[in-house]
Amino acid sequence: MESVSIGKSVSELHELLVHKDISSTELTKAYIDRIQAVDPDLQAYLTVLEDEAMAQAAEVDQKIAQGETLKPLEGIPMALKDNMCTEGIRTSCASKMLENFIPPYNATVTNRLRAAGTILLGKLNMDEFAMGSSTENSYFTKTRNPWNLECVPGGSSGGSAVAVAGDEATFTLGSDTGGSIRQPAAFCGVVGMKPTYGAVSRLGLIAFASSLDQIGPFTKTVRDNALVMNAIAGYDALDSTSVPYETPDYTKFLVNDIKGLRIGIPREYFGEGIDPDVAKGIKAGIQTLIDLGAEVAECSLPHTEYAIPAYYLIATAEASSNLARYDGVRYGYRADSNDVLGMFKKTRAEGFGQEVKRRIMLGTYALSSGYYDAYYLKAQKVRTLIKQDFDKAFEKFDVLLSPTAPTPAFKFGEKSADPLAMYLSDITTVPINLAGIPAISIPAGFVNGLPIGMQLMGKAFGEGALYRVAYTFEQNTNYHSLKPNLSGEVLTCGSR
Amino acid sequence: MVVANKYEMVCGLEVHVELQTKTKIFCSCTTEFGGEQNTHVCPVCLGMPGALPVLNREVVNYAIKAGLALNCEIAEFSKFDRKNYFYPDLSKNYQTSQFDLPICGKGGLEIEVDGEKKWIGITRAHMEEDAGKLVHSGDTITTSNESSVDYNRAGVPLLEIVSEPDMRSIPEVLAYLEKLVQILEYTEVSDCRLEQGSVRFDINVSLRPMGATTLGTRTETKNLNSFSSVRRCMEYEIARQARVLDAGEKVVQETRTWDEGQGVTLTLRSKEEAHDYRYFPEPDLAPLVIDREWVERIHKTLPELPEARRARLQVLGLSAYDAGVITQSKALSDFFDAALSSYEDAKTLANWVMGDVTRLLNTNQCSVVDSPISAAQLAELLGLIDKGTISGKIAKSVLEDMYSTGKDAGVIVKEKGLAQISDEGALLGIIDDVISANPQSAEDYRAGKDRAIGFLVGQIMKATKGQANPGLVNKLLKEKLS
Amino acid sequence: MSISREDVEYVAALARLELTEQETQEYTEQLNSILGYAAMLERLDTTDVVPTAHAVPLHNVLREDQVGSSINHEKALRNAPDGEEGFFRVPKISLT
Ligand SMILES: [Zn+2]
Repeated sequence: MESVSIGKSVSELHELLVHKDISSTELTKAYIDRIQAVDPDLQAYLTVLEDEAMAQAAEVDQKIAQGETLKPLEGIPMALKDNMCTEGIRTSCASKMLENFIPPYNATVTNRLRAAGTILLGKLNMDEFAMGSSTENSYFTKTRNPWNLECVPGGSSGGSAVAVAGDEATFTLGSDTGGSIRQPAAFCGVVGMKPTYGAVSRLGLIAFASSLDQIGPFTKTVRDNALVMNAIAGYDALDSTSVPYETPDYTKFLVNDIKGLRIGIPREYFGEGIDPDVAKGIKAGIQTLIDLGAEVAECSLPHTEYAIPAYYLIATAEASSNLARYDGVRYGYRADSNDVLGMFKKTRAEGFGQEVKRRIMLGTYALSSGYYDAYYLKAQKVRTLIKQDFDKAFEKFDVLLSPTAPTPAFKFGEKSADPLAMYLSDITTVPINLAGIPAISIPAGFVNGLPIGMQLMGKAFGEGALYRVAYTFEQNTNYHSLKPNLSGEVLTCGSR
Repeated sequence: MVVANKYEMVCGLEVHVELQTKTKIFCSCTTEFGGEQNTHVCPVCLGMPGALPVLNREVVNYAIKAGLALNCEIAEFSKFDRKNYFYPDLSKNYQTSQFDLPICGKGGLEIEVDGEKKWIGITRAHMEEDAGKLVHSGDTITTSNESSVDYNRAGVPLLEIVSEPDMRSIPEVLAYLEKLVQILEYTEVSDCRLEQGSVRFDINVSLRPMGATTLGTRTETKNLNSFSSVRRCMEYEIARQARVLDAGEKVVQETRTWDEGQGVTLTLRSKEEAHDYRYFPEPDLAPLVIDREWVERIHKTLPELPEARRARLQVLGLSAYDAGVITQSKALSDFFDAALSSYEDAKTLANWVMGDVTRLLNTNQCSVVDSPISAAQLAELLGLIDKGTISGKIAKSVLEDMYSTGKDAGVIVKEKGLAQISDEGALLGIIDDVISANPQSAEDYRAGKDRAIGFLVGQIMKATKGQANPGLVNKLLKEKLS
Repeated sequence: MSISREDVEYVAALARLELTEQETQEYTEQLNSILGYAAMLERLDTTDVVPTAHAVPLHNVLREDQVGSSINHEKALRNAPDGEEGFFRVPKISLT
């Protein structure tokens, strides 16, 4: 049974459930077994909820037995990045600080996916507090890239990307502050969408940088991605930054046709630091799109090089404030001390990892008296310029295209010694978060046996155009159907 | 204030007022005072990971209303900022407040001290959230080995009103505070329960040599919650600074705390340790755009403020003093106005309200809002005096009965048969009896001793148990004796 | 602009982080390297540029003043490292 169901797309599994070819219980059990088989190698999960998942699946099966109509995601097993609150279920942010934190409430996405009838398999590994590009900053474990176990899966949503790539979940959610969905999606060869800021509620997403964070789906196919977006996107009155916007049915954009669509290629995204093989792969992808009828032209986003410093100043400043609440009083780790100041200092010194502390230091410095104008305010002004670059580009183009990341997945430890080098590798993703626009990464080929991703960027609330291009590309290429060769016998691909 | 003719005192104030909303500023927890510890809390006000704030519309309405009552400019664009500092009562270790774009800009109010009027400027007023409460195991924060935190108060909306350093004496400071609290109470943006800490004062005080034009170094004493502690604290702090300056030393710029028990101010933290608050725009909240229609809508809900009421009462014949007493509290003033709607003589009404009514309420420790005698009932009672149904003296005892029974004046007069005897025939019989029983007094009066009539009236009143209409008795008696 | 060891100690105190000697040294170097890189922002003239604080411009996002459900004691204190009798307990509060 496993080999038939595991690895199929959400839409295929939905058909199997509707036609009673498989039960949700069987499907869920197959995924639990799969996790048990491959996760010792991949280390994508921090928490596996076998009993809860099986109980939820049984409920769905009861509904099927009673002849109820199944919603598109009903009975489908999925998993969440461990920075999304799940009531009664540990939500650790992969930090020692929240090792034992049990949220008293659900994130809006948790509620929406529950309402959609999905089965929660567990919580996924990540860089601590979503700070990192390799998932090496997890307090608990290092998640490995299924395409090469010596390589990082990308980050910060490494667990979310690996769980989908390694067939440990049909789909997952991640969060993206500066590329944390798109870069691991590219490194692991899956589809990852960072929606427009304000499209998906942030309530219950443990904040890293509030003005940049956004939740989005990891899936095997573009259609699955649109289906998950249908379930999670939409206005939430409990998030003041949620945009009152009537979300479309994203699947209606899934047409295999991009004739006449205008695609811009920002030259700054192919510059210094981009692996020539990656550039070559993406250029081949561009040719495919041209062959399919897209109108492609080069363009410029002149302030791109300033995005990295602007991003790191804004993100760390917000983080330094967002992470101040971890003080050992109300929840989380607490160090012993006989006075409160000592308790605060020790708790935070012992509870946070190196990268988190480094960013708190940087952000605190950027906001501190005398430096605010030179760093934080300056960065916010540069943010305006970067936004304007995109506004101008979208006057001429429907979609912009670039590599998702400058290189394929790198080896463990390769960049962790030099934080600045690690930050610089985010050049292709952070401008998008600063501008608040949507971007998707789709599988676009391989370099040295490792997947590379193509990033498509759209105007605010222009997810539809991204899905259209992504779907057309997917229908005319086969990268998404290739699978990593993991040990174990459960590798049989689906029908695709 | 002149300290030993050497120094002039300069004072500015920051006043924190809890706004009277039903729910907290950023979450739907109740703002109700009291309640078992940590029961009026939710993920938002406990600063739980992932929680997000949503601004309470009523907080903005109240802030605009207070701003208008304090003659402030209302900002067209306003935003929230985070004020970052660590303290165990602050659930996120930052306070969501307003930094450079507060909702209320420049304003001010007029005070009067010893007949002299003076304008005290208000720099700004901004919205922010209150912190939780620390409960100490020992007597004070410094002697406790352990403290406990109750976050019920965390997130209660505050308006912080910052004055210009315009005050020069303790009476000016007290006049400003009284006036400010009075206006806030009138606009009903706050219940102004000082004893529950719903209004708190921070005092900035400095001294400078007489005639100097630059300001001296100031200290800020935080968190006072009564007018009397403000006065005592300032007396202490002024004397302390004067001693420092007299000794040729420099006042240290610092934050101090008032120790009520010892009657002294103590160093809380010096400027070097002062917080670097790292303000930045709150990314979790959208800014406010307040158009003129919104301001106009709130303007229409503004009640008549104490100053206008006072002027109106003076036009009705009250002395400035009486008008001031009546309008001191909104509750008393509202009571007065309600009675005035069915009883015209403002002067008489004022005498009763300030006299017997207030005395009754005070002896029973009852607030005017809870008065068992309604304004309409008081008006009826005074009407009975004017109609001659009862005398003013009888009315005083009727008022006491009304207080204890809650009954209407008319009912009490009827039940107890207290109506005045105004029947000439009945009175003439009694007058005849009294004259024949006191021939000497009648003779004295006829002989020109006017005072003798008083004795005869007294006897008649005695015979009627005080119910005879005194005016009528006088008239009839004089006719009889002439 | 270069960041001194004292700057790092000051910032660590503000952020309530107790740093080891090694961390202090490392952060001094790394902050210098990162902020040295960030100095490129100075090249841009942003005199007339309005800062962006929110990715998507919204305003007047407001909630009605209606009481909703608060969480109970048990839930409020469930995660407290030292919770007792409905309170969160903290050690001695030193004023300076
Ligand atoms: Zn609350």
